[in-house]
Amino acid sequence: MMKTMNDSKLPHSRVAKHIASLPKSGIRDFFELVMTMDDVISLGVGEPDFVTPWGIREATIYSLEKGHTSYTSNLGLLSLRKAVCNYVEENYSVAYDPVHECIITVGVSEALDLILRALLEPGDEVVYHEPCYVSYPACIQMAQAIPIPIQTVEQNNFSLNPSDLEQKITSKTKVILLNFPNNPTGATLTYDQKSEIAKIAVANDLVVITDEIYSELTYENQSQSIAAFPGMKERTVFLHGFSKAYAMTGYRIGYACGPADLIDAMMKIHQYSMLCASIMGQEAALEALKHGKNDRESMKNEYLMRRNLIVKRFNKLDLSCTNPQGAFYVYPNISSTGLNSESFAKRLLKEKSVAVVPGTAFGSDGRHHIRCSYAVSMDDIEEAMKRISEFVSEV
Amino acid sequence: MEKREKILELLQQNARLTASEISDRLNFDVDEIESTIKRCETENIIRGYYTLINEDNYHVKKVRALIEVSVRPERDGGFDRVARNIGKFSEVTDVMLISGNCDLQLIVVGESLNEVANFVAQKLAPLDGVLSTRTHFMLKKYKEAGFQFEDDEDYERLKITP
Ligand SMILES: Cc1ncc(COP(=O)(O)O)c(C=O)c1O
Repeated sequence: MMKTMNDSKLPHSRVAKHIASLPKSGIRDFFELVMTMDDVISLGVGEPDFVTPWGIREATIYSLEKGHTSYTSNLGLLSLRKAVCNYVEENYSVAYDPVHECIITVGVSEALDLILRALLEPGDEVVYHEPCYVSYPACIQMAQAIPIPIQTVEQNNFSLNPSDLEQKITSKTKVILLNFPNNPTGATLTYDQKSEIAKIAVANDLVVITDEIYSELTYENQSQSIAAFPGMKERTVFLHGFSKAYAMTGYRIGYACGPADLIDAMMKIHQYSMLCASIMGQEAALEALKHGKNDRESMKNEYLMRRNLIVKRFNKLDLSCTNPQGAFYVYPNISSTGLNSESFAKRLLKEKSVAVVPGTAFGSDGRHHIRCSYAVSMDDIEEAMKRISEFVSEV
Repeated sequence: MEKREKILELLQQNARLTASEISDRLNFDVDEIESTIKRCETENIIRGYYTLINEDNYHVKKVRALIEVSVRPERDGGFDRVARNIGKFSEVTDVMLISGNCDLQLIVVGESLNEVANFVAQKLAPLDGVLSTRTHFMLKKYKEAGFQFEDDEDYERLKITP
């Protein structure tokens, strides 16, 4: 599945094979191109357009004023871990012990890397779904394990079909990696799908890593986390953070909750490679949990209205677009234009100055789709969709 | 939230949204939105639509004062009659009954400092029921009706992120 770089002129010999063979992120090229252009309307941003709510920013400043500039416990501030565990119990119906079953990390990014490295040995297989967040196959490969993708499809609203998952399981499979609501499709899982996947995990004695970074941004039919199903708590690592729900991407704070042996193994790597997450960020995160609910809800409400608008506009253009139930992305099918996603994105950028991300950045099967983020102001969505409409009628 | 509440919330942020734009955002029927707005207008729930102007960026600058007024309450009706009468002056744009050291708070607009001062001395203070006034001239406005008057500076935000 992974593309390898075969350019023999590059001095690869010094670089470890499993790193040299990592593909460049598909977004990278595109990013370079966009940076050279002015006046681009970008639907390519995978982070909230909102600035972190002022109450949280103000608490960060206060934390500095008080002189809280030290390291924290490797696991993170106990006060934050307690607040996190309360929040997770209230909202996801799984109770974790803040002392042994929770670790604060530098974003979900670090948490994902830690748990993969803690679990995997060379040759182990990780089953995950594509399209997916760009880091998944790369992080699995960096942990020297084998990424085994399952394609999710438009006809199924990009949800994961449990029987497709079951077919990919072999004697080498160790982990199932899930991300719903999903980046880049906005897909969610139903209660029944989670229940089926949970049964498969139990029957095959697998660990489930669930990246729930978009879970607060679920617009319809929210169901409990897969960690809350019978037999799952002891085999699930629940990853979450503050980046999306509280518009705190730059703070770099995330966390993992899970069985004590796995959190302890993650802690070992984290203590030697990261030491701890920044205390300013941790104190801001605590404030977000204490007082951030109203801001969180009003941002969610705004995303929902933007989703309604953008989905309507795409479907008017005859670019079929499933109505995503979560996150802040739509993943329309552009095959009716006769272009593949990369040339669609490049030409749209050059001809209309609108940036979108080609689906190929999120998996090998992405040539018919583009990812458009609606973490963008209403006015920009309207203008971008006007330009996309012109573009589609011209190609 | 009921539909009417959601529609009003949007209009309160942007009175120029058309029914079809509201429909794009909320997925309600256009006809239903139009009739809801009509009903709010006839039922006096929507009292008017106005434009928020940042006068610091505009050559026509008016003088505004925030005026606290102490009023003698009346046996029937408390402060209502005086408040209504004060509101009848075209110079007065806002009248609120408030708790605290005074009773009413007004915003008064004029072309010059003098004009506002004269209004207070000649019209407002002598009014039957007005016991005292305290005038604060407004120097600069930073935020009104939820709108900040200055944007944050741009910085190097990425245009594409995973
Ligand atoms: C699915 C998914 N997981 C993880 C991350 C990274 O999150 P964090 O900022 O917590 O590292 C992102 C960010 O875009 C994401 O989309």
